Amino acid sequence: MPQSAAEVDRLILVIEIGGMPVRVNTTDPEFLRMLQDRYAGFVSSSERVEAEFDVELTRPTFADAGESVRVTHRQGRWSLRRGDFQAEWDPTTRQGWIRQTANPYSIDAALRIVHTLLLARQGGLLLHSASAIRNGKAFLFAGVSGAGKTTISRLAPPDATLLTDEISYVRQLDTGYVAFGTPFTGELAKLGENVSAPVAALYLLVQGPENRIDPVAPGEAARSLLANVLFFAQDEQLVQAAFHSAFEFVSRVPVSRLTFVPDARVWELIR
Amino acid sequence: MSRLFVARNPRVAARSLDGEMMIMSGRDSTLFTLNKTATILWQAADGATPLDQIVEQRICAEFEVEPAQAQQDAETLARELASHEILQISEQPIAPVASNVSGESR
Repeated sequence: MPQSAAEVDRLILVIEIGGMPVRVNTTDPEFLRMLQDRYAGFVSSSERVEAEFDVELTRPTFADAGESVRVTHRQGRWSLRRGDFQAEWDPTTRQGWIRQTANPYSIDAALRIVHTLLLARQGGLLLHSASAIRNGKAFLFAGVSGAGKTTISRLAPPDATLLTDEISYVRQLDTGYVAFGTPFTGELAKLGENVSAPVAALYLLVQGPENRIDPVAPGEAARSLLANVLFFAQDEQLVQAAFHSAFEFVSRVPVSRLTFVPDARVWELIR
Repeated sequence: MSRLFVARNPRVAARSLDGEMMIMSGRDSTLFTLNKTATILWQAADGATPLDQIVEQRICAEFEVEPAQAQQDAETLARELASHEILQISEQPIAPVASNVSGESR
């Protein structure tokens, strides 16, 4: 790893996902190494950061990571709470803290939430979907658990670059919607590649007896997209921002239903 | 008989797409899709026009319905939408506030 990418002496790590660098400060060298391993490929040397967190490690507890997350906004600060971690973040100063035990899962959850907050301000979205680049174009495959996100990722041909098998990172840039690779993994447990491409299509996954692509009415497209948008915050402004972002997305990106049998031939339709 | 006034709740996000009105509660992110009658009621709910006038001028004009039945159905619908905090209802006119309703997306 280049020395500038992770300044080990200062126990600082910059994790850049979707072109949004987040600096993590810790005093624990073991934890730093854990993060370097966890986010390999997403470590950055960027000086400019969108958010910065001091991580305070606590002693192991029996706290439940399965407990539902609570994200609230009060007096200009975001508060993130789950059984296994607490965090606060001030979007104005970009400073915050995370309190957790030395594990990679809690900070991963905190980072996902922070990225939803960052994206919401820019018209971007985190989606429950797999995504991959083929022929210079990004394709998103959305669906609930069991719909086939992992399966279609596993079936991807060698010329397809997997961005994620679980959570897609979509930003609205001047050129249009762009999908980025993420380290947020699902069952495949394989980090996405840290690359990006313009979004060419969103497919709603359905497993069926044949491979086919069918058009989806705009209303259904919007509803399906909204059902797959990650937002955690109990905050009216953020809900409204995500709602309007979803409509903006379906007005600009083709949305279709992809019915597929679980074999590699489905990728003949995705080009 | 007291008149009923209805107003769109400014704390929801709403969008019309191909004639289909979708509304999301800012409180709990619940998504509602309104049918044609509910959409007319929602769009006409300016807080100043009484519900009976909306029924007479917008709903009865659009659908072949008996006015008394249409009024009863509209009140039921308005109270249901109010229970989800999509609409506000009052026996007095409701002062307008900035809303988050956007027009057609496509």
